[in-house]
Amino acid sequence: MTDTVIEISCQKLVELVTEYLEDALPPGERARFEAHIVPCDGCRNYLEQIRTTIELTGQLTPEQLDPAAEAALLGAFRQWHSR
Amino acid sequence: MEQSAQLEELQLVQALRAGDERVFEQLVRMYQGTLLRVAQMYVSSRAVAEEVVQETWLAVLNGIDRFEGRSSLKTWIFRILANRAKTRAQREGRTIPFSALGDGDSEPAVEPDRFDRGHWASLPADWPEARLLGDETLHVIDGAIESLPATQRAVITLRDVQGWSAEEVRNALDLSETNQRVLLHRARSKVRGALEEYLAEDV
Repeated sequence: MTDTVIEISCQKLVELVTEYLEDALPPGERARFEAHIVPCDGCRNYLEQIRTTIELTGQLTPEQLDPAAEAALLGAFRQWHSR
Repeated sequence: MEQSAQLEELQLVQALRAGDERVFEQLVRMYQGTLLRVAQMYVSSRAVAEEVVQETWLAVLNGIDRFEGRSSLKTWIFRILANRAKTRAQREGRTIPFSALGDGDSEPAVEPDRFDRGHWASLPADWPEARLLGDETLHVIDGAIESLPATQRAVITLRDVQGWSAEEVRNALDLSETNQRVLLHRARSKVRGALEEYLAEDV
């Protein structure tokens, strides 16, 4: 990779979003990313939507066992404990 | 691990060893869904994945006396799962899908036709707050995650549903740094896409 200042296109930026959020972009690339975002409404909005997506995903509750399977597992637990 | 978390975990392990059923129940509720998603990365069907998870819990109980706390309890449980699932996959004659990245190297985060010479041709529309906060939105996200390829589904579940760190996910799933990130990227991009589609529908 060279240090020449090449603008990132919007199409390229959307592919860098995760690396950006994971703080995994090399400094030069990060600077270009941020320089792009400031004037670009579309990409700013896109980044915001990804952040919203992550936040909402965090509100999901992981799937639970159905009561029968849970009862079976607890039965196994009791058996294990009384061994 | 933080010291307080370490202490908490030690208490958890001791309670398990002492046969505290409520602690076991709590653990099962906390990890069952995620274990299932991870198991599904390796084995062919949901039913087999459920069996693997069931076996994992029994192995956790049988091994808890030997758990030394060198890794976190969570990491230890997921390692047991991965080992069992891999064994099962081998028996099924399945290859373990971590070259799975190769199955779609050209999966773009956003459809190419949204761009014109690299720039947005159709901008991401603002999302209507009221609808975004509605109950249905979480169902849409859940559905989108459910329909992801198994490895992407496991990664986004661990990272964004369970809130694990990248490093924890890499260790649990035996992924390189890059693969973990690429899988997460694809998963998040698709979930965003599903939300966008849902929010653009006429109500």
